[in-house]
Amino acid sequence: MNGALVVAPVLVPLLGVLVTLLAWRRPGRQARLSLACAMLFAAAATALLSGTVGGQVFEARFGDWPAPAAIAFSIDRLGAAMLTVSGVVLVAVLLFPVHGGGPGARGLWLHPMLHGLMMGVGGAFSSADLFNLYVWFEVMLISALGVIVIGARREHLEAGLKYLVLNLVGTVMLLIAVGGIYGLSGQLNFAAIGVALDRMGEVPLAQAYVALLLISLLIKAGAFPFFFWLPAAYPNLPTPILALFAGLLTKVGAYATLRVAGQIAAVPAAGLLEALGWIAVATMLVGVLGAAHHWDTRRILSFHIISQIGYILLAIALGTAAGLAAALFYTLHHIVVKANLFLIGGLVRRVAGSHDLRHAGGVFRSHPWLAALFAIPAASLVGVPLLSGFWAKLLVVRECFAGGDYLWGGAALLVGGLTLYSMLKLWSEAFWKPRPEGSPEPSAAIPTRAWLACGGLAAITLAIGVHPQPLLDFSMAAVSAMPLAGGSR
Amino acid sequence: MSALLLALCVAAVAAAGLYLVLARDLVGVVLGLGLIGAAANLFLFAAGRIGGLTAAFVSGPEGAAIADMANPLPQALVLTAIVIGFALTCFGIALALRLARLGGKADADALCSAEPPPRRDGEPGVLR
Repeated sequence: MNGALVVAPVLVPLLGVLVTLLAWRRPGRQARLSLACAMLFAAAATALLSGTVGGQVFEARFGDWPAPAAIAFSIDRLGAAMLTVSGVVLVAVLLFPVHGGGPGARGLWLHPMLHGLMMGVGGAFSSADLFNLYVWFEVMLISALGVIVIGARREHLEAGLKYLVLNLVGTVMLLIAVGGIYGLSGQLNFAAIGVALDRMGEVPLAQAYVALLLISLLIKAGAFPFFFWLPAAYPNLPTPILALFAGLLTKVGAYATLRVAGQIAAVPAAGLLEALGWIAVATMLVGVLGAAHHWDTRRILSFHIISQIGYILLAIALGTAAGLAAALFYTLHHIVVKANLFLIGGLVRRVAGSHDLRHAGGVFRSHPWLAALFAIPAASLVGVPLLSGFWAKLLVVRECFAGGDYLWGGAALLVGGLTLYSMLKLWSEAFWKPRPEGSPEPSAAIPTRAWLACGGLAAITLAIGVHPQPLLDFSMAAVSAMPLAGGSR
Repeated sequence: MSALLLALCVAAVAAAGLYLVLARDLVGVVLGLGLIGAAANLFLFAAGRIGGLTAAFVSGPEGAAIADMANPLPQALVLTAIVIGFALTCFGIALALRLARLGGKADADALCSAEPPPRRDGEPGVLR
């Protein structure tokens, strides 16, 4: 179909990199151009989504080589939905004003590298070629590294090094798995690999390579026991950037896991789902226990990311059509909620004076509307009815019980309770508790753009929560063609 | 025979890299990652068949000469991976050296300012 649109997820961020680089002398203009490019990205993604919603697939084969030989982009409903929600989050994040962030070294390079990151994200969601996917992961890795170390303080560099080492191990494993799968199947194109692996059946070597591929993606997704880079790297980022990282990066890993297990390597992966399920349960539990232990808002929310990734992986591990649809629904809802929580967390820090809950308090009295705004994504993350998270959790738990996986379903419910506990801790400490002695006076009013960004994301959460059926139908339709869900190639 | 030799080489390089990555010296860690990357590249190279000196160029009837030529595609993949790995290794070494200059030593155990160290009572400390 439309050839220009299918490469837009990569070309628009590339344009963003170039124009923000050219405008490096003027921070104000740079920020405006950056926001404009983000809106263009969101618009292109929305156009892709509206084009694919009926089941069409946007495809491009570079160099016009015949089908399996060419490096291909292929955007179906799954990819287009991920792109759209990424675009929405990017716009919200760039709309959110950076606190006290005068220009200086950070302002200069931040926007080009953010768009570089989006280029990696866009490429990963569009690519239909396994090696190409590896390259996009590397683009994401190097841009994310640049953003992490840009502050150049000691904690930034340490966070960057931890991020680099653990993620580089992941990409090397990804590379080995890609090489092995190519050696076995002679293909790199998703569809062609799928056909070749199907024909082979359950060969032990194929299973080993697919397991290696899944492990490398789990490192990217921040699953147990590979998540240690995440709470080390994220809390040192400035608020809006942190929200973008938290919303998108691990979810690219989750998307790729869904793509590999559900579509590309459905036959070899089917034997690995049991293990994936237990990893998911461990991820959920460890993540939420970490969140319950910590006092720093950013670290609590970072551990929540890990816990929620567990739910997504659990839904994939169920291996049914409804399970895969639940995974997609969960991912889409979670990106919005998580990014919003981090944005509002930054506002709370601005108002209360500290990220540490032991030194914060009294926000409910001084800023009741901020508290109300925080309550929406927080309750959604916990799974309170009539918010998007309730439906996402309901889908996962119901499918667990329907398939007879009572232990997994029980663990999901237990983790829901623990999430409620850690969220209540955050709520009562930061919002209800009177402001502790000696903490700084609440600072000035919250800028309108921050209200816009957070309110917009909260409105999406509410809309999904009140009227989940369209998104649910869409998720079911998006995964219906996947071989693991019973679709044919 | 040559396949076995290559496999042993890959194993040796990967083992050396793993040993370095698990060390405490940060520059060693980054160099170890480079070595593991090199092992992965060798593995990828082997995925496209080894042996056969014929150039990967088919002119006559298809499939006539393919048997004794190596598949050039993994070689192209290796080339890409080398470039990416080179950039990341350079970045990592620069990062490790900068850390060493800031703190006086490039020791993995000294990396404790990005995460809150535990207090005496077991609660997490305050993160800046």
